[in-house]
Parts: sequence; structure tokens; C-alpha cells
Amino acid sequence: MAEQSDTTPLLALQGITKQYPGTLANDVISLSIFGGEIHALLGENGAGKSTLVQIIHGVTEPDSGTLAWLGDPTALDGGPAARREKIGMVFQHFTLFESLTAAENVALGLHETDVGSVRDRLRAVSETYGIEIDPDRKVSTLAAGERQRIEIARCILQNPDLLILDEPTSVLTPQEVDGLFRLLERLAQEGHAILYISHKLWEIRRVCRTATILRRGRVVATCDPRVTEEQEIARLMLGDVPMPDSGRSSSAPGDVRLSVTIPHRAADGPLGTPLEDIRLDVRAGEIVGIAGIAGNGQAELASALSGATPTEPKDGIRIDGAPAGALPLEARRAMGLGFVPEDRRGEASVHDFALFDNAMIGADVRANLVRLGLVDRGARDGFAGRIVAGFDVRTPGIEHTAGSLSGGNLQKFIIGRELLLEPMVLIVEQPTQGVDAGAAAAIHDVLRARAANGAAVLVLSQDLDELMGLSDRVAVLSAGRLSEALDPRTTALETFGKLMLGSHQEAAAHDALTASAEEG
Amino acid sequence: MSDLGWIVPTALTVIGAMVPLMLAGLGELVAERSGVLNLGVEGMMLVGAVAGFGATVFLGDGHAGVLAAALAGAASACLFGVLTIGLLANQVASGLALTLFGIGLSAALGAGFVGMPVDRLPRLDLPGLSDIPVIGPILFGHDLLVYIAFLSVPAIHFFLYRSHAGLVLRAVGENPDAARAMGYPVRTIRLAAVAFGGAMAGLGGAYLSLAHTPMWAEGMTAGRGWIALALVVFASWLPGRLAIGAALFGAVTILQFHAQGIGVGIPSQFLSMLPYLATIAVLVILSSRTGRNSLDAPRALGRIFDPGH
Amino acid sequence: MRIRIEKRPEATPLWQWGAPVMALILSLVLGIILFSSLGFHPLEALYAFFIGPISNAWGMGELVNKATPIMLCATGLMIGFRANVWNIGAEGQFLIGALAAGALGLAFWEEDHVWLVPAMALAGILGGMLWALPPAVFKTRFGANEILTSLMLVYVASLTLDWAVRGPLKDPDGFNFPESRIFHDAATIPNITDTSPVGWETVVALIALGIVWFILSRTAAGFRLRLAGASAKAAAFAGVDQKAMVIATLLIGGGFAGLAGAFEVSGTIGQLTPFVAQKYGFTAIIVAFLGRLHPVGVLLSSLLIALTYLGGEAVQIDLGLPKAIAEVFQGFLLFSLLGCTIFATHRIRILTGDAR
Repeated sequence: MAEQSDTTPLLALQGITKQYPGTLANDVISLSIFGGEIHALLGENGAGKSTLVQIIHGVTEPDSGTLAWLGDPTALDGGPAARREKIGMVFQHFTLFESLTAAENVALGLHETDVGSVRDRLRAVSETYGIEIDPDRKVSTLAAGERQRIEIARCILQNPDLLILDEPTSVLTPQEVDGLFRLLERLAQEGHAILYISHKLWEIRRVCRTATILRRGRVVATCDPRVTEEQEIARLMLGDVPMPDSGRSSSAPGDVRLSVTIPHRAADGPLGTPLEDIRLDVRAGEIVGIAGIAGNGQAELASALSGATPTEPKDGIRIDGAPAGALPLEARRAMGLGFVPEDRRGEASVHDFALFDNAMIGADVRANLVRLGLVDRGARDGFAGRIVAGFDVRTPGIEHTAGSLSGGNLQKFIIGRELLLEPMVLIVEQPTQGVDAGAAAAIHDVLRARAANGAAVLVLSQDLDELMGLSDRVAVLSAGRLSEALDPRTTALETFGKLMLGSHQEAAAHDALTASAEEG
Repeated sequence: MSDLGWIVPTALTVIGAMVPLMLAGLGELVAERSGVLNLGVEGMMLVGAVAGFGATVFLGDGHAGVLAAALAGAASACLFGVLTIGLLANQVASGLALTLFGIGLSAALGAGFVGMPVDRLPRLDLPGLSDIPVIGPILFGHDLLVYIAFLSVPAIHFFLYRSHAGLVLRAVGENPDAARAMGYPVRTIRLAAVAFGGAMAGLGGAYLSLAHTPMWAEGMTAGRGWIALALVVFASWLPGRLAIGAALFGAVTILQFHAQGIGVGIPSQFLSMLPYLATIAVLVILSSRTGRNSLDAPRALGRIFDPGH
Repeated sequence: MRIRIEKRPEATPLWQWGAPVMALILSLVLGIILFSSLGFHPLEALYAFFIGPISNAWGMGELVNKATPIMLCATGLMIGFRANVWNIGAEGQFLIGALAAGALGLAFWEEDHVWLVPAMALAGILGGMLWALPPAVFKTRFGANEILTSLMLVYVASLTLDWAVRGPLKDPDGFNFPESRIFHDAATIPNITDTSPVGWETVVALIALGIVWFILSRTAAGFRLRLAGASAKAAAFAGVDQKAMVIATLLIGGGFAGLAGAFEVSGTIGQLTPFVAQKYGFTAIIVAFLGRLHPVGVLLSSLLIALTYLGGEAVQIDLGLPKAIAEVFQGFLLFSLLGCTIFATHRIRILTGDAR
């Protein structure tokens, strides 16, 4: 690595273009990454970051353009195998095998046939870099942060010249983020190049010296994020989309519309998290956010709130004062509940169904689309048309399938379907995950408008930034327990971070105690 | 000694009932571990049975028949593999299609073999060992397919849990997208697993037409392919447990013969229902264990892997 | 040159119907290869197989007669398959339907009741539903896979029928043959005209198919059924009672198969014998898929599959080929269709030149 000078980039992309049906994902992209540098790739969802990374990683082939490695345009030609030696990748959605152990996973990633030796090397890396990993634990028992550590350890064992991290902090607590940044800085000092992909500005400003900004498949700027104005970077990233209006509802909240008191609820399966002592009231006119890292009981809480599974006691969930704990989702809907699940494709919509059919899902009864057991096609098409027109769903027509919509447009369709029915209690899971900035802003606006119309709105999100900007109060779900709901305007970010992490540390301390007790 | 005279015939009957189920079941187990659900086991067994019978008749050598059965089973599995792995066809529909096709194809090919005699697959005695009383005939007095069936259990266990190739296979059945991202040839691995499953099913069929009842009859597998599929679920995708399950079915077969022999006043048809009813009972009992079984299943089982997506 | 498969954003409607046509052409090509390799003139053999059997009005009638039970079974299965409920035990449900109807007909032997045929049809429906009930209960109550349980019951049904015709229902004057007495006229379904073998059961089957079409395409229940089939999670989100859906679709499938069984004994065979088992229940699976789980498709594909049966019998007589060649053809058709379905959902691109 000594020979690479400041003038020869480790990796140079020249004129990379990739066309997918309907979208030009990468449009003549050029960028250079040097050894020892942490290089940010910045852009909104859909800007073309993922495609570019796939091209660098060799999973996808560009339609045109070249990649040069230390000035050699053929160095990466040996296919994925050749790239793996040079490039390590930590994916946004971990590509781990749940039923296999950490060591087996790493052995697979390294194409290493001897799992035993991998186990030893993992232990060594774990000591050298202070990354906590138990090589023999099954991945299915691990939390997101621990999974990411396995991926990073795998990359370190590979000793690649270039390390790519795709949205690495999206599943981490603020404290875990600190640890990650320290590790990245150390790796950079050792001479590794790091390509850091994110759409979070503050992270980029903290760890990166160079940033390449993508918008709609094109490089719009390359800058030093520490010196360029924040607003300027945001403008480059988002283009002409207006920044989300962070104005909150100012009116005083009204009566309690949704009241939750769950002393205990069992976990969904052996990999779930049981809920303990959940107490929460959501009042008319307010938006309450529930933050927390995935796997801390979010699935169980959403299931209890929506009525996917009945909840004890019967009055543990009250909608406008009436007990609803034992009722299924359909009955709760009749009481004024609207529910938007996390799984947009497959639960809230069906990929191969036309939009007019998707409009019926969960809404056919409430929207009076059924007469005497027959589908009223006119009413159905009218309803679907009102969703498309009222919520700016971009589609050529309601006869097109849900699968043909982009993530943001589909989410607007799904939220629109609920909002047209004017629910007085609205529960939304992950409203803007994987949604482009324009659609996210539009979704935030309609949620605020719903609250302003007197509905109680509850938002479950893993994106703390989103909740900080959207909610009147934010509670944190950690290890199945829900914190008090705090006002994000008067509460420090670190407080939420500690709440998100809290019970995990307790658990770790407990493990250490029992371990030492066994030794002694 | 005379009091123990029943042991050897009983053990041999149990083994005879076990072997086709073990061969077909172990093959399907490997295929399912790679994430492919092939419901065509019954069809592949029949194709194997008729191919084994035909090759033995024409070549005059039982072991040539065994080889032909394995090849025919693998070939029909590859047909399924091309459809589901290459052309992304629905696995359930394609598996059913393979079974129906196998029933028809074997009936068409075997039309001329009905009523024809064939030499039973030769016993491979191990000098010395086979002469040990009781244990000798039970453990060492069998034909090739019995040895293959029983040695496959540890061999497949070792392959799945101790070899790198087995680790890759399990990874492919768990998360094919991730395996592909790591550079493993998912489709090739799955096709190989499916072909192996077909070869084993073919051997299971050959055991029926060459050793169990050396003759050819239309549909002679009588649902054993489906029972083998149920055994894979019963076994939670573990080779050792599959052998235990096959032994349980052997025991049911014994029960059936004994009841018939004693002449209990039950019509023979009802006794013949026992293996099928037992399969249903086992499936019901197993599934009622609070869905634990679904956790053992390969996570990508039955799902189409679409690399173009 | 390399071949790349890319997913289309939306399935193209053209290929939805183009795929079966292409599959048919592909099967004919495979048939030509098959007959040539067996040493026959391929076109003559294909003529004997596909055209000969229906070259006269009586033959056409036989075709319709053959297609009727297959179509009835396939109509019921289609409903289940649409909801992702895999009842593959229609053959067993068919046999028990036949047994129930036959037993009723024999119970009123030599008696002249106008209600006997309708009562036998009802008995057939109930018999089929009874046989579909255990898989439904085991699936909803215990989560047992309905593919395996319904299939195991086929063997149980076939043994039950075998026992019945050798035991309680055996013809007392039948020289110990395993078959029942021949039904009297009151227990047989009359033909519509004297010049054709087509009976009134075909009319009933067509009406039933029409009703199913209406339910699937126009009613809320039909929508919920499609939803349950497309995504279990989406169905749960929409408040569909999926256990009720499983039970209903299995029972409907069983009822249709049982009705087909009843029609088979009271319309076509006229007595109970082990040869009631013609594997129609299995063939119906092929028909349902070939018809792309659509009522019109099921109608057309049941005619096509019935033709392969007549063709199989014809080439057995004309060319001395085994009649199971019909099932080989059915396999060709189904495999070709399964293979062609990809064109509807994916774009196949052949890339030439520099593979960089």
C-alpha cells in the first residue's frame, strides 16, 4: 500500500452508466477514492448509490464506463472473486445466514474452508480492534449492532484495500455509532480506503474528508463536507425539493383517543422480544413517536396495537375509551383505527395486483366498496382514483400494479388509502423508510394534517431524526420496555440514545456477572 | 436360538420397508436443504424403478440397473431443476407436474415389462461377517442399495455439518441472495442438490423393482415418495432423525403383516391403510408442536430465487 | 453470447395468454420428436392422436363426456389453488363421492324415485367434502401440510372403495367379481339426446363453472380469495379469516370432486368398480394449471386433456402404443407451460458481442 501516492487513486470510476427499465440509475458517474481516506457517497434514496456500489462490488455490470484499480483498468476483471480480495463490503441489510454461527458466516464470506481457523482469527480481530464477537453464537440470536460487527470483522479479516459501508448507522444507537466512527478512523490511519454511504449529513461531516454527492444518478458535486455549508450540501442533495416543514401542531392536545396498558405480552416466537409494562396515551391532535432499534419488541407492539393478535387484558388497549384489546384489526378499524404496517410490499399491498385492487385491501368495507357481496367496481375505481389524485401518487393509471410504483409512491398510496377513510386513531410503522425525500416530506405533511384534524397519531420508526422532527412526544422502546414519552424540543439527543441502549447494557452486565460467577 | 428365530425375519422386513424411504428421503433432504422443495419424489422413484428394471432386463446385470435408476432419477430431477431454478417456475406446481409425468412416463415405458421376471439384486455378503448368527444377516447380508441407504445417513450428516460444501449448501438454502452476493453459484449448487435428490429417489425406486418385489407394476411405489417427503418434515431436516422415522414406518409395516398373519377380523384393505394413516398422524402430531418445526426448515425453502430481480 | 433474465416491472397481459399457446406448440414439437423416435410417421401419429378421435360427432360427444369430470374436479381445485391451498387429494374425494353416490343408488336398487339421481349427486358432494375435511381441520388446527395429508387420503379412499366393492357392495350374482350391481335407470343420468353420449351432468358442470367464474371475478369473497392466494400477510392485514378460507376452499374442492365422482358412476359407468379410479383427480391438477387458474382456461384445457386420453386410446388401438402415452403428453403440456410462464414476468435478453 506504500506505493500508492496521492496522485494515483486506489479506485477510479470513469463515466459509469447503468440503465434499468424505467430509470437511469447511474448517469456518467466518475469518482476517485484514495488510500487512507474516508470518502462519503451522499445522496437521497433512489439517487443511484446502491447501483454504483453494486457496480464497484462487481455484482452488477455497468452498461458503459470503466473502473481502474491503482491506475490499472483490468485489475478488477477477474470477476467477483478478484474484487473480494481488494474490496470489503458491509451491506445495509446484513447478508448474514440466520441459522449459522458467526464463525460459519465469516468462513462463507471469506470462502474459507476451515471454520476452526476462522474462529481463532475472529477472536484475534475481536481483541485487536475491540470488536465484541462470540464466534459460536448463532446469528439469529444477535441484535443488529452485533450483526454489523460480524460483517465488519469479516471485512477486516479479508484485509481489503477498500472498505464499503452502506448506511451503517441506520440500525445503531448513538453510542454504537461513536464506536463505529472510532474504528473507521483507525482503519483509515492504517491505510485502508473507506467508502461511506449515507444520507445523513451530520455523520458525513464528522468522519469524511471528501464527499461525492449524487442526485438522480448523476454526480452533482464533490466537496469537503467539513467546510461546505450544511445548507449547500442539502441543496445539492435534494435539488429543488422544499425542505420538510418542521413546524409542529401548536394547538393543545385534546382527549385521550388511544390508551395502551399492557402489563405483559409474550414474544412472537423464540426470536421475538416479550413486552413488559407498556403504558402510553395518545391524545387527539398530537403525534407521538416510538423510537428504538429493531428487534426490541417493535413487532410485538405493532401486532398488539393493530390487533393482528389479541392482547390481554381486554381493556389494555382502548380506542376512544372503548376496550379493544381482544378485538381483531377489522373490528378496531370499525372503531376508527387506521393502521399502516411496516411491510409495504406484501402486507399493505400486493405486488401483482392492480392499484384498483390494492385500494380494496383493508378498505373494502370501510369505503363502501362492496354491495350485497359484490364488488362495486365504480366505487372501487373512484376510491382508487381519489387516492392517486389526492396524495400525488405518480402512476399512469389505476390499472397498473403496485409493483410498478416506486417505494415513495407506493407508500403515498398506502397512507392515502388510510387517510381517505379519516381515521381518528392512526398508527404508522416506518412511514418513510426507503422513501425519497420529496415523498417523505409529503407523508410528514399529511400525518401532521391528520393530527391537526383531531386524530391521535402514533408513529413507530427506527429513524430517530425523523421522530425528532415530526413528533410532539417521543418514547423509546428498548428490550420490550417503553420509556416515558419525552418532548424532543426540550430533551437532548443523547438522552434518547441512552434510553435506546440502556437495557442492552444491563443485559451485557448481567451476562458478565453470571460468567464470572461460573468461573469463580 | 429357536425362540429368537423371529428376530432376523422381522429385522429384514423392517429394513426392506425402510430402505426406499431412506434413499428417497435423504435425497429430498439434501435438495430441501439447498432451498428447493421438489414434490416430484414419487415420480422420480417410479422413473428410477422402471429404468432400473429395464436396464437389468436388457443388460442382465442388476448393478447396471442400479446405475441406470440413479441416472434416470437425476435426469428427471434436472428437468424439474431447469424449470424451477432456470426458468423460475413455481416449485409446488413443477413438483406435482414431475410426479404426474413420472407416473405416466414410467407406465408408458414399463407397459412391456408387466409380468416379466427379473433376477433379484444380488446379495453382497461380507465374508466372515455375514455368517455371524443373528447379527450377520441383519447387518451384513444385504444388497448394494441397503448398504448405500444406511451409509448415506452418516455420510450426508458429515457432508452437511462438517464439510465446506455442506456449509455452502445450507447457506444457499437459508439465504440465496446473500450467498450469491458472496460469489457462490447459487443455481449450480441448487441444481446439483436437486439432481442428487433425484438420483437417490431413483435408487429408492430401483430398490422396489429390483429387490423388494423384483418385478414392474404401474404405480408400484404406492405413495412411498410422498411418505418420504413427510419423513423429511418429521426429521426436521436432519439425516439421523430421518432414519429413525423410516424405522418407525418399518415397524408399522410389521404391524400390518402380523395382523394379517394372525388373521384378525379386519379386512386387509384397512390394514393396508396403516402406513398412510400413520403418515397423517405423524404430520399432525409434529405440526401441533407450536410451529417449532417451521424454525428448523431451511428459510428459503420453496421460494424462487430470481437473480434477475 | 449470454442470456440474461430481467424481471419486468409488470406482467404483460399478452404473455398471460401467449404462454399457453406457446406451450401447446412446444408440446406438439415434443410429440413429433417422440413419435419419430418410436419409428412412426410423426404427422400420421399426431393425426391419429389428436384428430382421429374427434373426427365425427360421436367422438366429439365422447370428448365432452371425458372432459366433464376432469373439468368439475379442476374447477374445485382452481378455487383452492387461487388461495394457495394445495388440495391434491381430489382423486380420493372423487372416489369417496363415487362410493357415497353409488351406495345410495344401490340402497334404492330396483326402486323408481325421481329424486334418486339428485340425491346421489348430493351424496357425492357430501362424500367429497367429508374426505376433504380432515386435511382442512389438520391444516387449520395443527398447521399440518395439506398437500401431504390430502394425498395420503387418496390411498385410503382407494382402499376403502376396493373393500366396498369386494365386500358389502359386491354384486351377489356377480360371480365374485369385485364390482357392484349395475344401477337401475332411476339411478343413472340420462343423455341429452339420443345421437350423442353427452349427459345432463355436463350441463350442470358448465353452470357450476359459470357460477365460480362470477364469484371469483365479481364478489368480495372472490377478491379476498385472490388476496389470500397472493399474500397471506396482505390477507391478514385486510382482515381475511384465513382459517375459514382454508376450510371453505378445501371443502368446495372436495365437493366438486365428489360431485364428479357421483356423476361418473351414475352417468358414465353405471356401477361401482375399482375402475372408477381413472386418476381424474390428479389430471385435474394439470388442467387447473394449464388453464392458468382461470375458468375459461379450465374449460379449454379440460377439453385438451380429455383429448389426450382419447388420443392415447386411439394410438393404443391404431399403433399399438401404450395408452399411458396420454399422460406423457400431459406432462409435456404442463412442463412446457411452466417453462413458458417466465415470459410473462421476465424479459429474456440475449446479449451478444463483448461480454464486459
